Amino acid sequence: MGPARRRPGPRGHGRGGQGPRVTRLRPLWWLTGLLAVAVAGVAGLAFGPVPLPPVAVATEIVNLLPGVRMTSGLDEREVAVLLQLRLPRVVLGLLVGAMLALAGAAYQGVFRNPLADPYLLGVAAGAGLAATAVIALDGPRTLLPAAAFTGALAAIGLTYLLGAAGGRDRSPAALILAGVAVAAFLEAGQTWLMQRHADDLREIYSWLLGRLATGGWSDVRMLLPYVVVTAVVVLLHRRELDVLTVGDEEAAGLGLHPQRSRLILVAAASLGTAAAVSVSGLIGFVGVIVPHTVRLLAGASYRAVLPLSMLFGAAFLMLADLVARTAVAPAEVPIGVITALFGAPFFVLVLRTHRRVAL
Amino acid sequence: MAVARGRRTLAVILALLTIGGCASPDEPAPPAASSPASAAFPVTVGGVTLDERPDRIVSLSPTATEVLFAIGAGPQVVAVDDQSDYPAGVPVTDLSGFQPNAEAITARTPDLVVLSNDINGIVASLTTLRIPVYLAPAATSLDDAFRQWRELGTLTGHPADALVGQVGTEIDKLVAALPERAKPLTYYYELGPELYSATSTTFVGALLGRAGLTNVADPADANGAAGGYPQLNQEFLVKANPDLIFLADVTCCAQSAATVAARPGWDTMTAVRAKQVVALDDDVASRWGPRVVDLVRAVTDAVAKVPA
Repeated sequence: MGPARRRPGPRGHGRGGQGPRVTRLRPLWWLTGLLAVAVAGVAGLAFGPVPLPPVAVATEIVNLLPGVRMTSGLDEREVAVLLQLRLPRVVLGLLVGAMLALAGAAYQGVFRNPLADPYLLGVAAGAGLAATAVIALDGPRTLLPAAAFTGALAAIGLTYLLGAAGGRDRSPAALILAGVAVAAFLEAGQTWLMQRHADDLREIYSWLLGRLATGGWSDVRMLLPYVVVTAVVVLLHRRELDVLTVGDEEAAGLGLHPQRSRLILVAAASLGTAAAVSVSGLIGFVGVIVPHTVRLLAGASYRAVLPLSMLFGAAFLMLADLVARTAVAPAEVPIGVITALFGAPFFVLVLRTHRRVAL
Repeated sequence: MAVARGRRTLAVILALLTIGGCASPDEPAPPAASSPASAAFPVTVGGVTLDERPDRIVSLSPTATEVLFAIGAGPQVVAVDDQSDYPAGVPVTDLSGFQPNAEAITARTPDLVVLSNDINGIVASLTTLRIPVYLAPAATSLDDAFRQWRELGTLTGHPADALVGQVGTEIDKLVAALPERAKPLTYYYELGPELYSATSTTFVGALLGRAGLTNVADPADANGAAGGYPQLNQEFLVKANPDLIFLADVTCCAQSAATVAARPGWDTMTAVRAKQVVALDDDVASRWGPRVVDLVRAVTDAVAKVPA
């Protein structure tokens, strides 16, 4: 699969120049993305630490349709394994992967920085500190999602305030630097809490490394609305994101409100990230690797990058989770370890192959 | 974390000690728990030599604290770490066994420090300051725990043989009283709601193995790479369908038979349906002190209730 034979729209980020012109998303990439999601989803359902016959799996899935009732030959516990554990886990991987990749892409556009992702902006650190506090201070575990969510929003708010505190010069670089400072500060607080409550380390650590391991339909139900809202808001702003990459003056010249668009996009991406993080723990690399890979393959226009990031992010995380639960079965590998282990080298590979069209 | 510890358990231990004193005629007159030290000093245990009986012991291990008080060395203990909460009335301080601070320890002018982990080179630091250190790492077996109790007894001048004998006998008795089964029961031992477990190679796993139980976590760490504490896959666990579930994450993580039953798919499991989910005392379950008898009793009680 060669690179798209055309110049990417904007040359890099924030370097000015012409806005993207040839930005129609090619059907080929749509098909590839959808195929990737389908393959990852089917693989995720077919394989697991408990071997289930593929025909029986397919039968049970078809049984989910209203009015269908076929015999699959699975016993009650195997049906529970498939429908209550494996299926929601695959769906959760799909949602979280799509969300993190989309949020990463949005951040990169808003801050005109290819490295911007939920981690750099302090969102993940805020969620991490709040979740650590709940665990370390023996708060009810049902508070975990709400706490992570609040922490994430508080952190991005703090980052935004600090980044914008310079007055009129609200440069993207200032925001990124503020994010780094906020993240470092929050992570220090988290480390301190962990040291004070070393007996909770295992639980905290497990959350910090990411875990779709104990998810179920309740997590899916909790996450879905946020994913939908975030996706709709961000996708509706795909044109603004393209314009923002060429600079605020140009954007204003085209009749847009750069600061307002930026605020809406940051709020939406943070909301989605916080929701994802609150059910899945901290899963790194998806937000930075997937959008970049998409950009290298299909061009830098956000009209392509946003939806394709969702598709490839979903596929990537579903496959990463498949590895996480089968590699050392019946034990588990934290999914954050898998995303880093596979994501980083894959990213370097893509970068090397397509260096010319890269940054 | 701190939970009001029942006086019941203390009473059990005191009773055990008394019985132990009487029921061991073979022992060369073991001293009662509160008797003055009779052992001769200097003593050497491992690399530690004490010229005289220590009177200012600092214990940074909750297990060691329990053992020291059980063998009658309690009056010699001047400070314990922030996690030591048993027996009632131990001299709790803000010292930490997880983040030991040599200066803070030295400020208590100890003549013996008991640690369960050598973190941050603390043993070397204290040794440099000529403070004797006894390291009592997490026991790997009951015999290993017994060895530590005996060594603590030797170091403090309160021989622990009676206690060891009594606890060993009690455990044997509990296990021997279990009904015969054609097929061994299987169990899952939960350390945290993230499904961390302990295999049969661990202290607690070996203990439950004595009760004739088969651990479903064993295949998850067959080569021991996870140190005996693998994180289990939920699918696997539901399919493995253990007869018994032991929760050692009751206090820490608010788990109970009800929360376990509410987990997706878990309501299909035998242990949940037959109400064979057993809430343990987190602390008793994670320490290797004399209260290990309570742990074994909780396990054997649960096993005895399962119809053969």
